[in-house]
Amino acid sequence: MTAFYTGTDHFAVLPALLLALFGCAVLLFEFVLPVGMASRRALAALTLAGEGFTAYSLYRQHSYLSSQGWPALTAFQGAVTIDGLALAFNWMFLAAAGLAALISYRYLETEGEHSGEYYGLLLFAQFGMFFLASGTDLIVQFTGLETMALSFYVLVGFLRGRRRSNEAALKYFVLGVLSSGLILYGFSVLYGISGSTKLSAVAGAVAGRGAGDPLIWLAVATLGAGLFFKIAAAPFHMWAPDAYDGGPTPVVAYLSVASKAAAFVLLLRLFLGPLAAAREAWQGLTVMVALASLAVGTIAALSQDNVKRLLAYSSIAHGGYVLLGLVAGNARGLQGIVVYLLTYVFMNTGAFLVLVLLRRGEAEGNHIDDLSGLMRRSPAAAVLMLLFLLSLGGLPPSSGFIAKYYIFLALVESGHYALAAVGAIFAAAGLYYYFRLVKTMFGGRELAGEPLAASMGTRVAMVSTAVVTLGLGLYPEPLLQLALLPVKP
Amino acid sequence: MEGRLLSLILLTPLAGVLLLLLTPGGNRRLIKLMANLAGVAGFLVTIPLMMNFKAGTRGYQFTERLPWIPSLGVEYALGVDGISLLLVALTALAGALAILCSWGAVEERLKEFYALLLLQQAGMMGVFLATDFFLFYFCWELVLIPMYFIIGMWGGERRLYAAIKFVLYTVLGSVLMLLGILALYWQHFQQTGIYSFDIVKLMQVTLPPGTEHWIFWAFFIGFAIKVPMFPFHTWLPDAHVEAPTAGSVILAAVLLKMGTYGFVRFSLPLLPNASADRTVVRVIAVLSLIAILYGALVSLMQKDWKRLVAYSSVSHMGFCTLGIFALNHAGIAGSALQQVNHGISTSMLFLLVGIIYERRHTREIAQYGGLAHAMPGFAKVFAFAVFSSAGLPLLNGFIGEFTILQGVFAANRTWAAFAVMGVVLGAAYLLWLYQRTMLGAVTREENRGVADLTPREWLTFLPLMAWALWIGLYPKPFFDVLDAPVRAILERVAVR
Repeated sequence: MTAFYTGTDHFAVLPALLLALFGCAVLLFEFVLPVGMASRRALAALTLAGEGFTAYSLYRQHSYLSSQGWPALTAFQGAVTIDGLALAFNWMFLAAAGLAALISYRYLETEGEHSGEYYGLLLFAQFGMFFLASGTDLIVQFTGLETMALSFYVLVGFLRGRRRSNEAALKYFVLGVLSSGLILYGFSVLYGISGSTKLSAVAGAVAGRGAGDPLIWLAVATLGAGLFFKIAAAPFHMWAPDAYDGGPTPVVAYLSVASKAAAFVLLLRLFLGPLAAAREAWQGLTVMVALASLAVGTIAALSQDNVKRLLAYSSIAHGGYVLLGLVAGNARGLQGIVVYLLTYVFMNTGAFLVLVLLRRGEAEGNHIDDLSGLMRRSPAAAVLMLLFLLSLGGLPPSSGFIAKYYIFLALVESGHYALAAVGAIFAAAGLYYYFRLVKTMFGGRELAGEPLAASMGTRVAMVSTAVVTLGLGLYPEPLLQLALLPVKP
Repeated sequence: MEGRLLSLILLTPLAGVLLLLLTPGGNRRLIKLMANLAGVAGFLVTIPLMMNFKAGTRGYQFTERLPWIPSLGVEYALGVDGISLLLVALTALAGALAILCSWGAVEERLKEFYALLLLQQAGMMGVFLATDFFLFYFCWELVLIPMYFIIGMWGGERRLYAAIKFVLYTVLGSVLMLLGILALYWQHFQQTGIYSFDIVKLMQVTLPPGTEHWIFWAFFIGFAIKVPMFPFHTWLPDAHVEAPTAGSVILAAVLLKMGTYGFVRFSLPLLPNASADRTVVRVIAVLSLIAILYGALVSLMQKDWKRLVAYSSVSHMGFCTLGIFALNHAGIAGSALQQVNHGISTSMLFLLVGIIYERRHTREIAQYGGLAHAMPGFAKVFAFAVFSSAGLPLLNGFIGEFTILQGVFAANRTWAAFAVMGVVLGAAYLLWLYQRTMLGAVTREENRGVADLTPREWLTFLPLMAWALWIGLYPKPFFDVLDAPVRAILERVAVR
């Protein structure tokens, strides 16, 4: 009989424990502290402190694994695995959550909806993501997925006074629950054929049945549909534009990068884990979904006047590129997925960050005209937005170029020339809508009104997203080293 | 410093950008001075390169090599040979002149304007100096953004349309080119086990014929859009016409050359079998001939002075691509020289249009007539530019076109016959333009008092005129420089 909670178990889940601890602490302090600005600041600081401690515990895991030559560290009898893949994604979630916490303060003050639950939910969502990245047991993974999703349902509807925010939350909730149900159905099939919830045991059962088996097909179809919902890949993307449009902007930034990455890591754990043996069953489906996402995302974004909706459609297209990395199916593809999602955290959060800046007083800052003449009003914000848009468009010298580069390289290496060409053409077409924003910022009529003021947190977030986006474009080696983690032995 | 000369050339414009950003914004004169200083410095640092370059030596000179992205085998690798040497010189000169000619023309957001011009110059230098395919692509894309803003913010009425059209066209070509590069890179890895973008190493790959053709067409799209070859040329008139004078000069003098340079540097030596394939050569020759004749005919019909010059570029660049795919010594060497010639003569023509537009605020040819009376100096320079562009003996254009035609004649007489018609048409539209604008009686009162060239404007023309005369009278040093690299290319591409 193995011990119930060993030192290894503790070491493995410590980051998640810290997140939960700080999440609860934030909720508790909300009751204890007097109502006022100083307390709200303290809550934000406490959240950031939690992220700091989590970062340290992740760093310890990282240095331990690297000193041991990257073994997979399993805990709780194989229910949790800390390996390169888990670490790479957990770093991603940490960056996304930290940035979201930094930019939330000013936004929530402006909206008058500032409270401790917000920060608590932010941390709980990350707690769920931790188990999506490191869970290797169907139950653990599903629990992680639901913890994340439930937190996000509330966060998207956090602006209680706004009808649009409520509407967005409801749509997101209904479709999200449906997709969770589909995933759960897929899990039940996997459990049914293997009699175990451990991924390692499921893998054996799937390999024994082969890709042609109808039950495998059923599992792939339901899991695929559910996960493509979470990723917001076409044709399962309908919730994304509404949720992005209505939700609080910092939440949307967090949702668009972290929740997408979390769903991707679950997809990787399943499709490259137990379902790797049934590749024929999901390869065609993934190709179709990737192409549909590229087409829908790019074409629909062309005509959007609402910047958040535009970024929502662009996010669908980006999901398509990441899926192409999965289609390539080689080590380079896996690296490409990590590179892409990691750079996406910074460039997409950066773009939303500029929208947060534009949200002052009565101006909602979501319409394309709100960007008009930004270059004259606030050159720094305009130049940063330009950098993020170029990166989203995949032009050097930004990190977005390296990301697209990796995906294309993976496709070329695996012989998918036609897919690479389609992806390349959509990348060029996508520039049109990013440059529409650029055109408005640099060419449009200048809007009246006070100059933009950035809070300390926003400034830190702006500088760090910009430095990472440009820095990794000019010198991508550290990024590529991080992306090597999931393919280490 | 000796060993890092190319880095110095590459980084001087970037240092200029920094200098400009540190200059206080209020003092317009100081900003202009600083920008010109950076432009002249950018030209001066290329002089030691010209002096110390050893003509007749095989391979790259002044090479530099530093690891950049080791896990992809990407290096910061620079080097020049005769072909790139001429284009580096052209870029440095055109960059400095573009800054100088904007002194009176651009008065808005000076700092950004000059910073973008310098950034652009660094990117173009990178394109011509890179011997690493990744670095080349990086710089190739880097050139795009500054040009978008130069056209889009300081351009004419339809500037935003022209700017986005330019970007979308070029990016579409370059992403497909990127796939070609990646395919070549992957083939190299499979055969040698080494990840490398070094163009010398990539030449050792033996490609299966099918793959080689695919890669060739992927490169072709990227380069042909940039040249631009017919039928990919439609972005060019819009971009040229809407761009401010400095932008037009850079576009015509340098940006278009990136495409022809790409053919000479990459398509021919890296993909010799596809490049020498009879069908491929025939397709490209026909497209080039269409560009020559169609560009010339469209130029004849233009009512807009600047548009006429823009279409003349389509025609002249057709000669360059035709010369390259004649696949013989005269054709390629002539084409490499003609790239410089076109840079010189078209820069002059665009500068002249810019000057007259500043004075009269119209580009309609019908608005002019008899300008030679009011502007004798302008008329002289314009005549010089027209003769240079039309290929009059004693000037640079003649040498280039003649050598190309010599090469084309050896390759295929029918092509040569059509190309000669292009020369005739070229003389026709240029001389007719000259006649309509400069000669005859003054038809409009407004044209009577137009001021002649100022000393500063003379200063922009003198180096170009001197260079044109040099090439026209004594082209031997240029052909000497081109001889070794052209031979090296021909050793790879055997005509079959």
